[in-house]
Order: sequence, then structure tokens, then C-alpha cells
Amino acid sequence: MPWGAKMRRIYLDHIAATPLLPESREAMLPFLGERFGNAQSLHADGQMAQEALTEARTKVAELVHASESEIYFTSSGSESNNFAIKGLALANRSRGNHLVLSAVEHLSVLNSAKSLEKFGLTSALVPVDKTGLVDPKDVEKAITKETILVSVMMANSEIGTIEPVAEIAKICQARNVLFHTDAVAAVGIIPVDVKALGVDSLSLAGDQFYGPKGSAALFLKKGLRILPFIDGGVQEGGRRGGTENIAGIVGLGKAAEIAATRMAERAEKAKALRDVLIRRLPEKVDHVILTGHRESRLPHQASFCVEFIEGEAMLLNLDMKGIAASSGSACTSKALKASHVLLAMGLDHATAQGSLVFSFVEDNTAEDVGYLVEVFPPIIERLRKMSPLYTKYLEEKGK
Amino acid sequence: MIYSEKVMDHFQNPRNVGVIPDADGIGEVGNPVCGDMMTFYIKVKNDRLADVKFQTFGCGAAIAVSSMVSEMAMDKTLQEAMAITNDKVAEMLGGLPKNKLHCSNLGADALHKAIEDYEAKHKPGAKEAAAAGPAKGAEVHAEDEACCCPYCEGPLEGMEAVCSCHHCDIELEECPECGKYTNKADETCVNCGARLAKS
Repeated sequence: MPWGAKMRRIYLDHIAATPLLPESREAMLPFLGERFGNAQSLHADGQMAQEALTEARTKVAELVHASESEIYFTSSGSESNNFAIKGLALANRSRGNHLVLSAVEHLSVLNSAKSLEKFGLTSALVPVDKTGLVDPKDVEKAITKETILVSVMMANSEIGTIEPVAEIAKICQARNVLFHTDAVAAVGIIPVDVKALGVDSLSLAGDQFYGPKGSAALFLKKGLRILPFIDGGVQEGGRRGGTENIAGIVGLGKAAEIAATRMAERAEKAKALRDVLIRRLPEKVDHVILTGHRESRLPHQASFCVEFIEGEAMLLNLDMKGIAASSGSACTSKALKASHVLLAMGLDHATAQGSLVFSFVEDNTAEDVGYLVEVFPPIIERLRKMSPLYTKYLEEKGK
Repeated sequence: MIYSEKVMDHFQNPRNVGVIPDADGIGEVGNPVCGDMMTFYIKVKNDRLADVKFQTFGCGAAIAVSSMVSEMAMDKTLQEAMAITNDKVAEMLGGLPKNKLHCSNLGADALHKAIEDYEAKHKPGAKEAAAAGPAKGAEVHAEDEACCCPYCEGPLEGMEAVCSCHHCDIELEECPECGKYTNKADETCVNCGARLAKS
């Protein structure tokens, strides 16, 4: 098919963005129209917004088994992580000056900790094994007398690995250290229960489960001290000032409500597609490595490293075939730096450059996977023919 | 689309891809840390580039740059080919995204290295060097390892065994084990984990 001609589009990039649920959009529309009131106003217009806010808060709380007063709305998963890491660390500064983080945390966690260095706090990075798993024993070893906060993500979207968060939370409780988990990649996808996990704070974002972008939340256990993230008025209990994004929050609430009912069905369907892809892609092309843990894995995610070629070149070629995917290669990042997650798993730079991440959305089908598996091998063959690394590999193999 | 039509054309239909088995000169630049590696092969006849081929590991920009350089250099005299600059290549491609100018736009450098390799082999008394074969390129590219800081995206200051990253405000040194840059103050190499000797 000539480039630019109309073709089938297959969206396999859930981790970047999910389509907005029609139900969420419908729920949001009145708040982009006649229901424009400010939730802090006393009058009927304001109270209408206040009611919508409360309802959404309840729905989000129910999704993670929290109580409504423990949910703080934010603008993104990154904000939630910033809020938790900086807010908890600085509010508990008198108890110590040390943080423990996993090496595969999202940059919003790692860079928050980096910012805290300016305030005299230091952090230790806990390594992961080659499947991206954190060993809770390593977390325990990294905790010092000065440690006030531990942060290990619930699941990593880039490699799909689900971390043993409940076990780590138990260790933190025993050592009287706060525990935050970035669950942005997990909430709405797999069951998350803040009480069963035993976490002190948890980040989630609506755009990871078919809600609108710009609408996320932080769960913070009742009674914990945290520094306000935005100083201002009384919104979000005075801890995150600023007029609420009512439409976004309503969309998030609706997406949370629907996620709670459809999660199992969605996961089962995605898992079937994921497993076919994980099985068939390495069958079709040699030197394709699955990244992340095979079992402790997000149901909708399949990630690989394709040896001897680079991710961006693959993404561009896939895009021309109508397929949208992601990569952690240096070239695809604006920073031109290979994914810290893949490097932390012990992959060398050349292999990490061949990173590809496929993640399924609700309406993907078996035909989509079939199409991907069919167009993939010629793309790889063409790029490998161009690759000096592949030529070197063939020469060495021939020797 | 992040790339110009011209870039996408060269990326989709790269000219002169391949290896010249009996090349007169070979030039390599780049390393996988930055994501891009290019190898250029040349055949020289009567001081002209009779054939130019390349192989590239890298992003769309790196592949398009290599292809464009091969096209620009073909049939040119060695002197003309040495006058091709990375900037000119980017211009001929209708521009490159800003963040690609540094790491991916190395095609002219690789071509120049291939020509230097040819000249080294064909200068009087350079027969011994020629016997060492095309390995030369691999040795030369050590200086290009410095193309970015391993901790941030930033360019490095200085191209010596020790250099610094202004963004991270650290001094970097080459790891004796893997040859990549790592924080001088650290005990182990960030790339390979080898223990760094402290003086």
C-alpha cells in the first residue's frame, strides 16, 4: 500500500494513552457546558459541581478500596508522584533524611528524589533482577535509621513487570517507614486494594484506564502528614489548592466506575492477545527477547528487545503499516538516552536500543495481532540488512 | 511527523546500503550508547569516489543522513567529499529535529574517516598500517564515545580520557573495563559495574 493511502490503523500503545470511554465523555460534557459552576461556591451552580466532585471521589476511592477522604485529585500521575515523594519526605524531615527507591521507578519519582537532594535528602536505589523484579530483601537492606520513605512502583508499563508491593509494604510497616507506590500502570488494569497492599500512598491516572488526560489522583492514608503540593485555598483539603478540573474529574470517576466492573473481562481478553504475541513474535523473528517478567506481568502488555536494530526505525516502519507502538530506545526519547529501566535490568545499550512495547486497548482483536505478526518480519529483515551490528554478528557466526 | 519529507524518503528508500568487501577505506562513527552507529565503505579510482556504501544502526534520522551522505559523495573527488559537512547534509535533508542534530548527524564524519583510512593506507610507507586492515576505524571512534553524558542527555565538554557534563555538574572518566564514560567520583562504572581504580 502506498504511503499516505488510507489504511487500517491498529493502536497498540495503551501505555501512552487510552481512548476516552464514550460514557466518560458523556458524563463530562455537561461540565464543559451549562454546569460550569465552581465547586467552592455556595450557590446552586457551585453545589452542582460539588456534588459531582464528591461522586467522582467516591468512585475513585471504591476502585482502590480507599475511603473517599483519602483521595486527592491531581492533574497527572507525575503530579501525584511528585506530591507524594516531596510532600511526604519534607513533612517527615524531622524523622530522617533518606529515601529508598527502586531503580525502575518512573522519572517523576526518580527526579522528585533528585530535587530533594537540594534539601539535604539522599536516596538509595534498589536494583532489579533481569526480569525487572525488585527483591523485597534488597529493600529491607537499603533501609537505614535515617530512611523516612520507600517508593516501589506497583507495575512498570515499559516491561510489564508487577512488583511485590504488598511484601515491601509489610517490611516498611515493620521498620516504621512510609511506603509510596506508583500504581499508574496498574490501577484500572489489575485489582488494586490499598488496604490489602498496606501502602501509605498510591498514584493513579485516568488516562491509563480510558478516562480523560489531565485527570489523576493520589491516595493518601488517613492521618498522614504531607506538605501541601499547591498552596492555596481549601480545595483538596488544603493540600492541593486551585479550582478543580470538574469535567476531568467527572470523566475519571466514570472511568473508575466502569473499570471496576469491566476489569476482569478486559484483562482476560487482553491477556489472550498478549500471550499470542509473546509466543509468535520470537517464533517469526530470531533474536527477539521478551523483556520483563513472564508471569508477574500486566495483562495487556508485551515488550521486547529486537537485537541489532534500533527502536525508532522500527516504530516509524510499523507506523507506516498502520501500527502504533512504543519504544524505550534512546532515539525515541527526546533526551536521546536509553531507558533506565532496561539498563537497570542489565541489558547492554545496543540491546536496549532495540526496545519495542506493545500494549493492548479494549477493542484490539486477534486479527490485529495476526496483522502485526505478519508485517513485522519484513521490517526487521530490511533494517537488519542495513545494520553494521548485524553484519558483525553474521561474520562472527560464520567464523 | 517529526521528520521532513526528504528525510522520510531517504529513510524509506535508503540509497547505497551495503558493504564493499574489498573497500579501499572504511570509516566508523558512533556507539550504541547514543543509539547511532554508522560504517562507510569507499572504493577510490583516480582520486574519485567510484563507490560509496554504508550500514547504519540507528533512528530514522541516522539512516536518512547516511543515505544522503552516500548520494552526495558518489563520484566526487576526495577533496570535494572532504568538504561535505554535517550541517550541509542536514540542510540537504530539509532540516533535522534539533535533538537529532548532535547524535544522528554523523554521516559526513564517517565518510571522512573512510577517506582518511584510504589515505593512510596509500601514503608512502603506510603499507604496515594498511596490513592492520580496517580495524583502524574501530580504534579511531573512541573519541566519539563522548557524544553524550551517561546520566543526562547532555553533550560533554572535552574529548579526553576525562571530561565533564555541565548539566550534571560531574567529571567523567573512561571506564578501564568497558571504555564508556562514567562518573569519576563513583566507585563503580555506571555502564558495566566494574570497580574503578582510585588514585
